[in-house]
Order: sequence, then C-alpha cells, then structure tokens
Amino acid sequence: MRPKADLEPAVDTGPTGPVATAAAPTQGRRRPRAGRRRIRRLTTRDRLVIGVLLGLPLLLTLVLVWATTLASVGLSFTNWDGIGSAKFIGVDNYKELFTNYPPFATAIWHNLLWLGFLALVATPLGLLFAVLLDRQIRFSRFYQSAIYLPVVLSLAVIGFISQLLFARDDGIVNTVLGTTGQGGHPVDWIGDPHINIWVVLVMAGWRHAGYVMVLYLAGLKGVDPSLKEAAAIDGASARQTFFRVVFPVMRPVNIIVGVITVIEALRAFDIVYAINGGTNGLELLSVLITDNIIGEASRIGFGSAIAVVLLLISVGCIIAYCMTELREEKS
Amino acid sequence: MSAITAGRAPKVSGAGASDRPSVPPRRLGLHVFLSAVSLLWLAPLLLAVYASLRPYQETAKYGYFSWPRHLSFDYYREAFTQSGMAQHFLNTLIIAVPAVLLTLFFASFVAFCITRVRIRGGFLILILFTAGNLLPPQVMVTPVYELFTRVPLPYWMSDSLTMYDSYWGVIAIHVAFQTGFCVFVMTNFMKALPEELREAAIMDGASVWTQFWRITLPLCRPALAALATLEFAWIYNDFLWALVLMSSGDKMPVTSALNNLKGQYFQDYNLLAAGSVLVALPTVILFFILQRHFIAGLTLGATKG
Repeated sequence: MRPKADLEPAVDTGPTGPVATAAAPTQGRRRPRAGRRRIRRLTTRDRLVIGVLLGLPLLLTLVLVWATTLASVGLSFTNWDGIGSAKFIGVDNYKELFTNYPPFATAIWHNLLWLGFLALVATPLGLLFAVLLDRQIRFSRFYQSAIYLPVVLSLAVIGFISQLLFARDDGIVNTVLGTTGQGGHPVDWIGDPHINIWVVLVMAGWRHAGYVMVLYLAGLKGVDPSLKEAAAIDGASARQTFFRVVFPVMRPVNIIVGVITVIEALRAFDIVYAINGGTNGLELLSVLITDNIIGEASRIGFGSAIAVVLLLISVGCIIAYCMTELREEKS
Repeated sequence: MSAITAGRAPKVSGAGASDRPSVPPRRLGLHVFLSAVSLLWLAPLLLAVYASLRPYQETAKYGYFSWPRHLSFDYYREAFTQSGMAQHFLNTLIIAVPAVLLTLFFASFVAFCITRVRIRGGFLILILFTAGNLLPPQVMVTPVYELFTRVPLPYWMSDSLTMYDSYWGVIAIHVAFQTGFCVFVMTNFMKALPEELREAAIMDGASVWTQFWRITLPLCRPALAALATLEFAWIYNDFLWALVLMSSGDKMPVTSALNNLKGQYFQDYNLLAAGSVLVALPTVILFFILQRHFIAGLTLGATKG
C-alpha cells in the first residue's frame, strides 16, 4: 500500500464540511470528535471515484429499469403505434383489455395456474427433496446434482426438449404410455390447447423443484441442531419438529423461495415461446406483451397496458418483500 | 454460508460404507425413492442426447423409445455448421463476458459504498437495485426497445448505427438488470466481512479506491466466484432480450439462435435435440466443474452471509 500517494490535499474535510457518510448518526456529524470511528474523511478524489463508480450503475438501473417501467405506465394511457404521435386516450386500453380481448383472461388464468402449480406442487416437492437429502445418507451428492441439473439449463432449451418428449406420434411419453401405433389414440400433448399448458407446467416445475431444493438445503444446514434436540426431548414427533420448529426458523429462506416462486411464475416466457410462440393454449401475459409490441400489430399503448397489469401483480409481491426486509433491517 | 452443501456429502458416503449391512429398510426405501427421482430428473436430458444421435427416419418409424439401429453424430455436425453455431457461441461470449465483468465490478462497488463507506441513502439504493431486479423484464421491453432505436452509435461501435441491434444494447440491459441481484448478494456478503483491516488502511490514509480494490475486493473472492458462475449461466441462458433487441440473425447469441434452427427445420426434432444439447453443453459442463460456486451463488442471496 502506498498510503500517502493516494491522499489528496484535504480541502473540504473540516469538521463542519459536508461529510458524505450517511450512516453516521446526526449528533455524530455535529461533533466529529465523539463519532470519530464513523466519520470518513473523503477527499475530492474519493468523491469523484464514488460519484463515477456509484453513479454509473445507478444511472444505468434508473434509466433502463426504473424509467422504462414508468414509461410503460405512461404509454399504457396512449394509443401509440410506435410511428405516429401518441394520443392520450385515458383508460381505453384497459377497458378494451378487460372487455374485448379474449386472450387476456386466458393469459391471466395461465399465469395464476403457473403460480399455483409452482407454489403448491413444485416448491413443496423441492422442500421434500431437501429434507430427504439433508439427512446424512449415501449418494446424497449424486441425488443433489441430478435434481439440480435442470436449473442450469435455459428455459428455451427445456422448451425444445419438451417438444421431443411430448411429440404426438413418436414422442417418448406417448410411446411409454403405449398409445402410439395402430389403433392407439395418441395424446397430442403439445398441440391440444387444453392439455399443453399442463405439459409446460410439469417441465417448469421440473426445473423449479431443483432450484427450491438447493435453497432449502442451505436453509436446513443453518438450523441450529439444538432446537431439534430440544423439540425431541419435549416429545415432539419428527413431523411436529419439522413443521412447528424447523420450518418457522427458516423464515428468511421461506421468504426468498416465496419471492422466487412468484417472480418465476410472472416472468414465464421462454418455455412457451420456444414451443409455439405462446399461442394455441399457451397464452401468457408476457407473450401478449411481446406480441403487441414487436408483433406485426405494433400496438404499443395496448401492449403497455398488459405490461402494467403484470407490473401491478409483481409490485404487490415486491412491496410485501421489501417490507419484510425493512423490518429485519430495523431490528 | 452454503458451500457446506456440496462439501459434506462425500465424507458421509465414506463413513457409511463401513456400516452398510446395518442400513435399515426405511433407508433402502429412501434410496429407491431418491434414485427414481434422480432418474426422472435426468431422463429428459438423456433422452434428448439419445434422440440427437439417431436419424429422423428411424425415430419416426420406431418412435423415440426404441432400440437404436443407427447412431451417429451427424445431427451435431449439421446443427453446428448449418446454423453457424460457432458464430453464435462467439456472440454469446461477446455479450456475456463483458456483461458479467461489468456487473460484478459495479455491484461490488455499490455494495462497498452501502456497507463500508456508508453513504447517505445507502439503504434506499439497496432497495432500488434489489426491487429493480424483481420487476418483470417484459414491463421494460417496449421503452427499452424504443429508446435503443433512438440512441445513435458510431459505425465502429455498431453497424446498425443505433443501440438497437448492437451488442452494446444487450450488454447494457444485462448489466442494468443483473446488477440488482449482485448488489443484494454482495451487500449481504460484505456486511459479514471483518472491518479491522480496512480501518487500519484508513488510518494509513488509504483512498476509497484503495480500500475497495486492494483491501475489500480480495476478501470477496468466494462471493465473486459464485456470482460470476451464476451470472454467466443466466446471461448465457437469456432468450428474451436478444430476441427483442436484435434483428440481425448473425448477431444473435446462441440460446436465441436456437429458435432459428427450429424455423429452418420445423419437422426435424432430432436436429433440434442436437442443437439443444449443444447449447446446453457449456452450462452443463460449467455446472459439473463449478457446482460448488453455482450453489454458493444461489444460497448466498438466500441465507444472509
């Protein structure tokens, strides 16, 4: 280290100077001697470094994530088609969305179905795997790797693989079920709009369970073993110990898993888009948005209204999440 | 902090070997169940590999679930050459490598400012990044698209002359979006780091940059390795952004380019399987080599350092 070389002349670091150390308590800032440990005297160069290296990512996120999200909200009240000028039309887009756009209801239903399936089937399955693998058994590592492997695959690849597995005439699933060949009635897993959403859900759940398993394995390792012992001494059964003691203690992990489940369900896009572009029974909110925007119709205002509905659902979850985080930060 | 997950298993299997005869029947049932699950979880991938090795005529006639009569790597050759996959792999690297490096660098510095320098409004910044990462990307798609078509770039940066249909745009959106998750993880990680070393450096008059680059960052190596692995896989696997923000097929990263393979050879699922396996291969290999980091990356965010 070359301590002196990096030190610029301390111009503005006087006791009353605008010290950029936020976390210092107010009275500490007034009386620099008392709160000395907290006070960092920042040189001009330090401020420049912070300004640029904090400013850049902040700017990038504010412009590309937050401003664009707000822009979507704004556009949803216009009839913009991407070329001409945008005209404010109030809530007409929303009116049409709810009354005169059949795919919307289907898409909402599919997204909710997705959420329900992940939350009620895939997530508990992941938890079950984690609990089983957390006991010290042989081959645990092999089992973990096998179950976790789908998580590293892209959802698009999973979509393509699904087509192979569930193809009507020569797919593996139909062959195993014995419905192919003469006289059989092969199920059209991908082509039948009443069935294909379930196929996609199974494949999405296949991946999600591995994800959840990894998170819960880490969570279970973090549970203090003396808690379990205490519960056992008090005469609790294994089941009671898990549901009354272990599971509640894993609250931070439960929150993360909950957030991930919701987010995955709302973001779902790749699998269905890879399979058939999100049509014919595989409509999702995300697909409707992309269709209205980069599709031939180019109804940007209308597509944005769908985006806002998706946003509102997510924001509800995000706020709930941030509140919990905030409470933890305070305590 | 999670790396334990991977570390404990082998020791157990070693110890279990000696008392193997006394394995109770319930354990046996457990193993049967877990083996069945593992097989079920591996099956789709294994079957995709199997299908990709067989000619279409054969699987069309006998079904995918049949004994092989003819095995070859022909589809791999076809998928690799006819779709120009080498170029698409290169495109993926052009996008993913700078995006991962920038994301990690920025996220570490932001986390450093929040946890160490304790800048004013640090918590608000943390929320801004974390919550931003939770927003659905589809909400941003239109404005980002419209914005990028209006941002001019000189010819040497992009032959499209705009951010749209250029690597820069895709890199920028990945950095903007992924920094959120990394800030969250790095903040949790840095909170748990010892302060003494840095305080000593401050006494010696080290600048903020020195404190960050020479003192804090080297301590973050485990977290950075974990995040680098995870982020590379995520950006590699991205499908949406390149699809929306690029129009020239030859600039597409490999995951999005897979869609072209489907368009060209709509019927031939075996070719598609070969393409899928080729695209999945790098992440699967990465997973086997760096499994510990993958899992650490995911769980660092979840278990608060």
